[in-house]
Amino acid sequence: MEFISQHPVLVVSVVKIAVLLFIVMTALAYLTWFERKVVAHIQSRWGPYYVGAHGLLQPLADGLKFLFKEDITPPASDKLLYVLAPFLALSLALTAIALIPFGPPGVRVLGQPVFVVSNVDIGLLFLFAITSIGVYGVALAGWSSNSKYPLLGGLRSSAQMISYEVSLTLSVVGVLLLAGTLSFNGIISGQGGYWLGFIPRWHIIPQIVGFLCYLTAAIAETNRVPFDLPEAETELVAGFHTEYSSFKFAMFFMAEYANMITVSCLATILFFGGWLSPFPDSWKWQLFLPGAGLLLLGAYTAYDTAVVMRGIARIQFAVVTLLALGGGAICLIPPVAHVIQGPFWFVTKVIVFLFFYVWVRGTLPRFRYDQLMSFGWKLLLPVSLANLVVTAFVILFLARRG
Amino acid sequence: MSLPFLVFFACAILAVAGAIVLIVAREPIHSALALILVMMALAVLYILLGAEFIAAVQIIVYAGAVMVLFVFVIMLLNAGVEERTDWSKIAKWIGLPLGFFLLLEVAHWLAHSSVGKAVANGAGGPQTAFSTTELSTALFRQYLFPFEATSILILIAILGALVLARKAE
Repeated sequence: MEFISQHPVLVVSVVKIAVLLFIVMTALAYLTWFERKVVAHIQSRWGPYYVGAHGLLQPLADGLKFLFKEDITPPASDKLLYVLAPFLALSLALTAIALIPFGPPGVRVLGQPVFVVSNVDIGLLFLFAITSIGVYGVALAGWSSNSKYPLLGGLRSSAQMISYEVSLTLSVVGVLLLAGTLSFNGIISGQGGYWLGFIPRWHIIPQIVGFLCYLTAAIAETNRVPFDLPEAETELVAGFHTEYSSFKFAMFFMAEYANMITVSCLATILFFGGWLSPFPDSWKWQLFLPGAGLLLLGAYTAYDTAVVMRGIARIQFAVVTLLALGGGAICLIPPVAHVIQGPFWFVTKVIVFLFFYVWVRGTLPRFRYDQLMSFGWKLLLPVSLANLVVTAFVILFLARRG
Repeated sequence: MSLPFLVFFACAILAVAGAIVLIVAREPIHSALALILVMMALAVLYILLGAEFIAAVQIIVYAGAVMVLFVFVIMLLNAGVEERTDWSKIAKWIGLPLGFFLLLEVAHWLAHSSVGKAVANGAGGPQTAFSTTELSTALFRQYLFPFEATSILILIAILGALVLARKAE
């Protein structure tokens, strides 16, 4: 106890890191399930269905499969870099999430904010610093495999990341001009308040062009469809991770999903008010939205348990029902409802972005390499530059007048 | 020993080790990675000095952009393993002793001058973190001319590269 009271920062940080890591890892696993389900329904299929009810245990089965597969290291590879690359990719992707504030800084335990692991003053710059190093995971994987297709994938990846990182950074500068700070907490609390009493003052409205640029560049940065040229399977087998198997492959997979979560969180923070609610404070019923949502989910699964499910799936769904109903009831208790407001809105917005990602993947065909380059340099870059210049002029103009 | 002290020595050793590997490594990509290690270690040292902004920019620009280009070019050219040439005789007999002497000189100066003593007592760097706002105000008011001059210099370099890379008509 004495140790805890003497080193609150250390103790709370370690606990926060452990909890966040657990949540993020689970979220990564179920993001794969979410993606497969949504893409399946877009393509008029059912998606995973047999492992657990509605395929809910599929991520667990996949994880076990990755763990027990043979781990092959190509004899001609550069051993050190071959092992280093997946570690680099995953650890950097996870480090970036430590900077994201999931809720208001006011909620504190032992004087430490609960909803962010590391509250850095220049959070945005640090996030960009970490993600800009992330390209080495992919590039080194491609190089160290010592094989044609991975090398091509690694090359494409580095070229793509260099090209789109410029637009990504420039598209965000408009928001920085409006916010006047690099700290995530500052950027979010700057978006509080409402126009006409009910339209939230989020940066998406003045910065719609910047947001569209950010969204496009972010998809390219995370190597997702339609910009997934580094791993285009019709051209490059599996691109940079062709030679990787077993858990090293799983690490690249997890890194990609972690990056998706990071850029979605960033979009939420910069353009959609982070943990702020879209409704004015006076609308008190919004406090009970998370609880009501969980109760609705519980009612649906209860119906499924009673009518649709058979055999072992029925037992699994009964557990899900109990969890949802119990969680919903707890969330309706006023103090709990107050505390989870911030994280609830944050997570909801992030899920909307993740859905958008999957939607795009299910809908759009892949770019050709030259299209990718000319799109990035000839369209995205000038537009985000113009957005920056116009924003700067408008801010100066309004400052002169007011 | 305090924590910043330990972090300083860890990063200093990493930086020096990275610099040595950079020169000794025979695979170009290993050299490039060693250089990245040096830059990251330097970024941590900047943070220790309270210059968070410089640290982040160091990583974004040098480790994240410049070195990605290096790695890209090495991969693109598929550069093979370097071949060792014979040591230059001058470097061996004059260069090495002179370098060693320079190191001794710097160490002596650090140990005895007032600046060195101040650094050793922990008074060297700014004690409070520089805010980004202060930095940008200084950059765009006080040092506007050097800043713009640097931009023009870089623009000239880009134009030069364009001229060199352009295909002959």
